[in-house]
Amino acid sequence: MKKYIAAILALGFFAFAQWWGLTQTPSDAMMGAVQKIMYAHVPAAWNSFIAFFVVFVSSLLFLIRKKIFWDRLAASAAEVGVALTGLTLCLGSIWGRPTWGVWWTWDARLTTTAILFFLYVGYLSFRKFIEDPEKRAKLAAPLGVLIFLNVPIVYMSVRWWRTLHQVQSSPSTMDPAMVLALRLNAFAFLGLLILFIYWRYKIAKRKGELEEGL
Amino acid sequence: MQKKLGLIIGIVIIGAALGYLAFGKLEKNIVYFVTPAELLAKGDAAFNKPVRLGGMVKKGSIEWNAQKTVLKFQMKDGMKEIPIISHETPPQMFQEEMGVVVEGKLASSGIFQADRLMVKHSNEYHPPKEGEKPHLIYKELVQ
Repeated sequence: MKKYIAAILALGFFAFAQWWGLTQTPSDAMMGAVQKIMYAHVPAAWNSFIAFFVVFVSSLLFLIRKKIFWDRLAASAAEVGVALTGLTLCLGSIWGRPTWGVWWTWDARLTTTAILFFLYVGYLSFRKFIEDPEKRAKLAAPLGVLIFLNVPIVYMSVRWWRTLHQVQSSPSTMDPAMVLALRLNAFAFLGLLILFIYWRYKIAKRKGELEEGL
Repeated sequence: MQKKLGLIIGIVIIGAALGYLAFGKLEKNIVYFVTPAELLAKGDAAFNKPVRLGGMVKKGSIEWNAQKTVLKFQMKDGMKEIPIISHETPPQMFQEEMGVVVEGKLASSGIFQADRLMVKHSNEYHPPKEGEKPHLIYKELVQ
């Protein structure tokens, strides 16, 4: 039971935050109830950036300290980040169809986000196929630093270029009840992010110990 | 052998993604749409070339024929206007004073033939208020 306390807290808070977003907020005047996708789409996007920042910092620290811990953490965060970016893309697509009228369009925000997804998928498959753990860590670390370059590009894309995707909302452009629900869900997703990276790290550690044992 | 192949696939995916970011069609997509004033400034060179055009739907200009699925409206950007004709049912949010992006060609008659119509939403989210006209908040939508 003790083992699962963090999981129960994180999942419980996530369920609460989602429930709050779905039932305790007003629907948007223009979009109606479909706007509630925001409470999963936006937190997923924010937290994928956090995950990739963890990959970036861990990769840098591996290059400096040469401790395998940092390599495993980078791999774990990358995997969770990819899942969140995939979720962001899927939910965005589902949101786009009834509001914009299209599932997909090649504007700068959507395109750079798709590239973000494939950069980290590439990073993970790159890792998968180097058998020697030390060599893998050494080669993956510079990659983990390099591909982070795209994260600020994705974030700024809506400000730098004309896009179909709107610019970031702020508390001044949103109803306070919506802001609250969005913040709740941002923290709920952060809880899941930490939990998943932790779990994934434990698996990476076990795997590493097995590799060393062989 | 399989490992090597996978490694190459990983490198290829990252290389392709980075390459696309640096040299790819993104450059074209950075100018995702042109405004009516920009398109008309090209003069004759603007005619019959596929382009994305973005602007606002002019108030009172929408003509919608549901039987024939013909939609006509004026797109404006504050300086110029272009008449748009589309043969598809527009998205639900399509309305006066709304941001729109259309894909198609400007015919030499001066009418823009749209193959695809997309609605551009602002970053504002509010519940409906009594007597409020939500579409008025779309003024600043098109840069």
